[in-house]
Amino acid sequence: MKILKLPKDKLDYFASVVQQFGEVHAPVEQDGKYVFKRLTRWSEARLAYDRTILPPKKYFLPPKEPLLVYRPGEGYVAPAGDVQHRLVLFGVHACDVYALNILDLVFAGKYPDPYYQARRKNIAIIGIDCVPDGKCFCRSMRADFVDHGFDLFFCDIGGHYLTFVGSALGDDMVLATETLFETVSPADIDEYKRRSGAKHEAFQLDVEIRDLPEIFEMEYGSAIWDDLGAQCLSCGSCSAVCPTCYCFDMNDEAVLGSRAGTRSRNWDSCLFSTHALVAGGENFRESRSSRIKFRFYHKQRGFVAEYGRPSCVGCGRCITACPVDIDIVEVLAALRETRHAATH
Amino acid sequence: MLLHTDTAPPLQPAANPYQPYMARIVRIQKMLDDTRVFTLRFLDESMVRSFRHRPGQFVMLSIPGTGEAPISISSSPTRPEILELCVRRAGRMTSSLFRLSTNDVVGVRGPYGNGFPVDDIRGNHLLLAAGGLGMAPLRSLLWYALDNRHLFDGVILMYGSRSPADMLFRDEMLSLAGRDDVNCMLTVDADPSGAWTGRIGHLPSLFDHVTLEPARTYAAVCGPPVVYRYVLERLLAAGFSKDRILMSLERRMKCGIGKCGHCSVGYKYTCLQGPIFTYWDAINLPEMI
Repeated sequence: MKILKLPKDKLDYFASVVQQFGEVHAPVEQDGKYVFKRLTRWSEARLAYDRTILPPKKYFLPPKEPLLVYRPGEGYVAPAGDVQHRLVLFGVHACDVYALNILDLVFAGKYPDPYYQARRKNIAIIGIDCVPDGKCFCRSMRADFVDHGFDLFFCDIGGHYLTFVGSALGDDMVLATETLFETVSPADIDEYKRRSGAKHEAFQLDVEIRDLPEIFEMEYGSAIWDDLGAQCLSCGSCSAVCPTCYCFDMNDEAVLGSRAGTRSRNWDSCLFSTHALVAGGENFRESRSSRIKFRFYHKQRGFVAEYGRPSCVGCGRCITACPVDIDIVEVLAALRETRHAATH
Repeated sequence: MLLHTDTAPPLQPAANPYQPYMARIVRIQKMLDDTRVFTLRFLDESMVRSFRHRPGQFVMLSIPGTGEAPISISSSPTRPEILELCVRRAGRMTSSLFRLSTNDVVGVRGPYGNGFPVDDIRGNHLLLAAGGLGMAPLRSLLWYALDNRHLFDGVILMYGSRSPADMLFRDEMLSLAGRDDVNCMLTVDADPSGAWTGRIGHLPSLFDHVTLEPARTYAAVCGPPVVYRYVLERLLAAGFSKDRILMSLERRMKCGIGKCGHCSVGYKYTCLQGPIFTYWDAINLPEMI
C-alpha cells in the first residue's frame, strides 16, 4: 500500500481541500457523546473521540430509506434518491471501517443491493486511529487494523499522521493537495510500529474467538440464554447501534386519497417479537431468550459458517447502549465458563 | 462547504433486485372459502417469455398500497407464460389480495429460492406427500414430473385433506387417479358429505398401501407441522435417508434476496439456501421446524 505522512499542523488545510470531494461529515460532540454529522465548519470536528452513538452504517443503510415509489399506471419506479450524493466521512475508526467491509459481503452476493452499493461508491472514507477504552475489544475481533475499505487512513506518529492510501480516490485527494504529503522515513515506520504495539497492549478486554463456533455449538441448551431472556427488554438498542446489524423491514405507505405510495425499508431487529412471525400467527422465535440467543448465534456462529468470521467487530457500542447492562464480553466469558465447568 | 453537483442518473430498474414487474390477474379460481388460485401474466411480453422458474421456487408478490409477501409458485415451469399462485387468506397481504378482481394489476419479482433439486431426483422414483395447503408448492413439482415423465422412474402422489370439500385442485387430483403413469393416492380425514368414494384416513396411513424403494426414491413433503411429524416418521421407518427427504419451509421474508435477515434460520437464509431443505438440513439447523 502507498504510505505517506501529513504534518499535523496541515490537517486543517487538508480538510479544506477535501471538501471538493463531497460534503464533509465527521464526529462532533453532542451532549457529551459523539455523532457523525455534517460539518458547518471544520473546527466542530472531534477526531479524538471514543465512539459515535450510531456507527457510519447510518450513511450506507439509512434508518429509513425509500426504495421504490408506486404510481398507478406506471408501476414501481426507483425514487430520484440521494444515493448518488457525494460525502466524505472524516475520522472513521478501524472497527467501523471493518464493519463496512462486513456489510459489503452481505450487500453483494447473488443479488447486489444497488442502494448500498451506490452509497459505498459515493461516500469517501478517511479513517483515523484511536485509543481503546474499557469497552473496546476490536483487537480480539481482529478489527483493530483494516487493509481495505477506506480511501485514506491517518495514524498518529507524533508530529505527523502516517497516511495509508487505500484507493485511487484517496490518491486523488493526496494529489489535490499538491505538496502537502511527504514521503515516510524508516524512523516514521519505526514510530508507527512502536505506537501500534503500545495500542495493542492497551486493551482492557480480551475475547478468544478461535473456538467460538465450538463453544456455541456446545452451549445451545445453556441456561445462560434463559437468564439473558429474562433480563433483555427486547428494545433493539444493541441492533440499532451495531455497525454490522443490517436486518431491515420493508413497508408500503400509501398517499392518502390516491393509490400512489412509497415502499421504504427501515432498520429492524431480531429482538423484536415480530421478527420471525409469519402470516397466520406462527412465530418461530416467540420467547425473548430464543431471540437474544439468535442474535448472539448469528453474529458469533452463523456468520462464521457463512463468511468465515464473526460479524462482531468489538466496537463496544452494544455494551454502552444496553439499558439493562447485557455485556457481550461477559456473555461470551460466561459461555466459556459453563463449558469448562462441564468438562472438569 | 462546497456541494458536489449530482450528475449521475438514478438507479436503473434492470439493476435493481427490489424492482417488481407488473402482472395482470387473468383468472381467479375459488378453491375453498379462504383459498384461491390467482393466475398472473406479466404486462410486458418480454417478461412473459423470459421469466423461468424451477419447481419449488417462490415470488415476492406486491399489492400496490399494501405491501409485499413471499408466495410459492404452484404452476410448473413446463407450462410457461402464466404463474399460478395458490393463496390462503391469512394476514394483511393475503386479505388485500382477496379484494382484487380479474384484470387488476399486481407486482411480481423473482423467482427466488433454490427450488427442488430436480437434477438429483432425475432417474429416481419421486414420492410427493402433501397435506392441506402443502399442495401449493408441491404442485409445481408434480406437473414438472408429469410433463417430463420420462425423466423419472415411478411417481407417487399422496395427498391428504380434512374433507373432500377441502381438497385443493380437486378436479385435477381426481383426474390424476385415472392415469396409469402416476400412483395418485388421495385421502380425507373425514367425509361429512358421505359422497366420497375414496380413502378415509390421515395422510400417513397411505404408507400402509404402497411399497417403496427408499434407496432409489426422493420424497418431497409439505404440509402443516402435524404432517411433517407423522410423514417424516413413516419415511424414516421405511428406510429413507435424511437427505432424500425434501421439505418446503415457510419463514417471514421481506426481501427474498438474502439481505433483510428475517428468514434466517441457524446459519442459513430460507430465501437463498431454501425454501427447499433436506430433512438432514432441517434437524441440523436450530429452530428449523
